[in-house]
Amino acid sequence: MGFDQYHEPPDELSPATRTFARLCASLTEEAEAIGWYEQRLAVETDPEARAVMSDAQGEEFKHFSMDLEFLLRRSPAWREIAQGVLFKPGDIVEHGEEAEAEALEGGEAGGGGPAGSLGIGSLKGASR
Amino acid sequence: MNHLLRSLAPISDSSWELLDDEASERLTPALAARKLVDFSGPHGWEYSASKLGRTAPLTSAPCDGVTGLQRRVMPLVELRADFELSRAELRDADRGAVDADLEALDTAAHQIAVAENVTVFHGWHGAITGIEEASPHERMHLGEITDAYPQPVAGAVERLLHNGISGPYALALGGEQYQRVVETAEQGGYPLLEHLHKILEGPIIWAPGVRGALVLSTRGGDFLFESGQDLSLGYDSHDGEVIRFYLEESFSFRVATPEAAVVLDP
Repeated sequence: MGFDQYHEPPDELSPATRTFARLCASLTEEAEAIGWYEQRLAVETDPEARAVMSDAQGEEFKHFSMDLEFLLRRSPAWREIAQGVLFKPGDIVEHGEEAEAEALEGGEAGGGGPAGSLGIGSLKGASR
Repeated sequence: MNHLLRSLAPISDSSWELLDDEASERLTPALAARKLVDFSGPHGWEYSASKLGRTAPLTSAPCDGVTGLQRRVMPLVELRADFELSRAELRDADRGAVDADLEALDTAAHQIAVAENVTVFHGWHGAITGIEEASPHERMHLGEITDAYPQPVAGAVERLLHNGISGPYALALGGEQYQRVVETAEQGGYPLLEHLHKILEGPIIWAPGVRGALVLSTRGGDFLFESGQDLSLGYDSHDGEVIRFYLEESFSFRVATPEAAVVLDP
């Protein structure tokens, strides 16, 4: 097993950042699995096999959604932008641009989260 | 722009970055409660109450033939620590000064971290029941002799085990007690810190604001910190000389398993 979800030396990363990176890796894997099942379902003709794969893809939808919700809870900036894009009818790109601009209006004023949060969150697992 | 009004502050982007970094650096070591209890959120500034799953009776009903109950919730509390910084100091920081005077920010960061610790570990009268208030166990005593700390700590762990509370266990030490532990070697030179680690199988945490110490389980599900707005840096006002800022957060805290902690008096 590799540790390639880290792009910086893990010892220099806080427990919270390591957890965040792990869930980002999980999110990627779930999205890949959804795509794989989509392709397999597109070519499979056996109804029984399709039912099994469709059920499996539903699991990946759930896993992806849970990963995403976790990450959004830990990243106020991401959450703020996502709230402007997700589950809204209309032009996706337009919503994205608006949400980004609104978030960055506060975000331009310094680091941390665009909403002004310092992004500290849970410190459970910190050694002292 | 949200309620923190950051974009109205007359400072540069790099100054905001400086202040955010300084605040995070000062807060993180001192936020002891977050190192030991379950954390959920942040749910945002608009989030006002945590659900308890409990109801309260109502003495009346809208009409005959029906009964009613009222849901109970725990309102979040807000903590805020105000401070002001010199505009000249921030301008010097923009010029590249690496020794800008941010002492007022450091003090505010420490104060709000202490307030969070005190609320979680000891409680906030009339607002939140802390771990100490909730614990049903007889209090133990650390005593004056630091060498002897392993005895009450082991006693606290035994008491938790006796009550079916599994580990790993953590030790939250007040500032004075932490310093004494770190600087003490037992007879034979074995560091006290290492001995306590072996007893607890969990972290030993510097917890400024804590009176004495607490031993508690970190298995999860026993102590619940729910964050509305996580610690944030906001802008209040300014004049020609200073800019007024504040650190702010909102949260609730609940003890789900009162038996999961033992208080050690100093």
